[in-house]
Amino acid sequence: MKDSLFKRLVVTGVLGWMVLFGAVPTLMLLAVSFLKRDPDSLIEPALSLASYRELLQPALGSMLAESMIMAATATLLCLLIGYPFAYIVARADRRYTRTLLLLVMIPFWTNTLIRTYALVAVLKADGVVNTFLLFLGVIDAPLKLMYTPAAVFIGLVYTLLPFMILPLYAAIEKLDLKLLEASRDLGASRFSTFRKITVPLTMPGIVSGCMLVFLPALGMFYIPDILGGARTMLLGNYIRDQFLAARNIPLGAAASIAMTVIMGLMLALYYKSVRRAGRKVRI
Amino acid sequence: MNIWVKRVYAALVFAFLYLPLVVIAVYSFNASKYSLAWKGFTLHWYGQLLKNNTLVDAAFRSMTIAVVSATVSCVIGTLAAFMLHQYRFRGRRAVFASIFVMMMSPDIVIGISLLVLFLGVGLSLGFWTLLMGHVTLCVPFVTATVYARFKGFDPTVVEAARDLGAAEYQVFRRIVLPMAAPGLIAGWLLSFTLSLDDVIVSFFTTGPTYEVLPLRIYSMVRLGIKPDVNALSVLMIIITVAAVLLSRRLLKEKS
Repeated sequence: MKDSLFKRLVVTGVLGWMVLFGAVPTLMLLAVSFLKRDPDSLIEPALSLASYRELLQPALGSMLAESMIMAATATLLCLLIGYPFAYIVARADRRYTRTLLLLVMIPFWTNTLIRTYALVAVLKADGVVNTFLLFLGVIDAPLKLMYTPAAVFIGLVYTLLPFMILPLYAAIEKLDLKLLEASRDLGASRFSTFRKITVPLTMPGIVSGCMLVFLPALGMFYIPDILGGARTMLLGNYIRDQFLAARNIPLGAAASIAMTVIMGLMLALYYKSVRRAGRKVRI
Repeated sequence: MNIWVKRVYAALVFAFLYLPLVVIAVYSFNASKYSLAWKGFTLHWYGQLLKNNTLVDAAFRSMTIAVVSATVSCVIGTLAAFMLHQYRFRGRRAVFASIFVMMMSPDIVIGISLLVLFLGVGLSLGFWTLLMGHVTLCVPFVTATVYARFKGFDPTVVEAARDLGAAEYQVFRRIVLPMAAPGLIAGWLLSFTLSLDDVIVSFFTTGPTYEVLPLRIYSMVRLGIKPDVNALSVLMIIITVAAVLLSRRLLKEKS
């Protein structure tokens, strides 16, 4: 049967849209990352690996590593705070789960820039935290919280925590309680049940939560800008500066490609963990 | 874990998530300009806000772009979901994978690659490029939402319509669209909030001629906290929360 006009229109339209705004920009970014920088016209049409070489140089490499460590630390903090919380919500009385989840979602839906800005009001010298601690008499002079790396971590965790909690909740909620009971019946301690049963079975949730936190954490350049000192930098700040301040577009493009590669690796890890968890359930 | 330990822990996490929002709301009604000390209730800052034209204009632009991009994303995303659900074609799995990858892509990579595209084609940055940026950001989410709704359908209804001689377009218009309506509206509201929330893609895809609210606030924050920004933030929080509650209501009707 010949395809109808409607079907052809839909398929061409959607695929065309995806190629134009998905594939083409990505390929262009990839192409630009292999070009040379030109001080006047920004890009010189000559193939070069200069940007990638520069990316691997010690000075830049350590900046990249620092930014990855920052994002990874924020991710780990989110996991440590989020896992027990997701567990509590998933095991709470059915009547309250929906409301609790909704309460997690609401801040996640409000503008992240407005929330970052709100954090300033909490962390500044005469902000809530300092006023409260002074009132309690814990400290005599206001703590310097703003413009420190700690403020950046607080900002990242605050903004990204819901991205960690929601996939963890979904994974923990699916957990078959019979498996945990069986493990206890067979004499495993609470801790080894958690380590050998709960963690592997909720691994897809852990990995997808980490992915949803780690990738944006690398890119949220406005959080170090607003909360951090001049020195704190994420990969996102670096990419933005290459494009807008240093005008080194090939280098900025190469850094973005590096970020895409990180995403690819994390997606691969995610699929692996889903498959492994699936296999373990069947056994 | 002891029930009280659990409750206290959950309460602490919620306190962490909500404290900044509450502080902003309190500041917005506080007669004192800079300090936290309560100097009495006032609506003065809301009045000031209305007089701050750059802020109100930026808010209006943000709303406009959110409404337009949500509508465009909804059309494209629904057609994409319909295509993936109804048609079998070569590369279908690849389309699924690409939509997932687009959804997972870091905002900054989306923003930068679109900027490279726009610079390459020679488009000047403004309303249209911002619209394309937001639509690119939102379509995968609409597709996923509407596709999930399609999966809950009884496939025999569509088959029956085809057997009775309905053309493809009629199937889509008369059968699929009405059944998917709640999913569509939820997808629309999702895009609307994604667009209002977005900082990073907007940062790279819009120009000085079309400054949206987050970017306006971004440049203001460097100059210190302004009470009228607090008032505006409270209004924006109310708008997004209302949109979310509405979309959840519509999605709930399904189950």
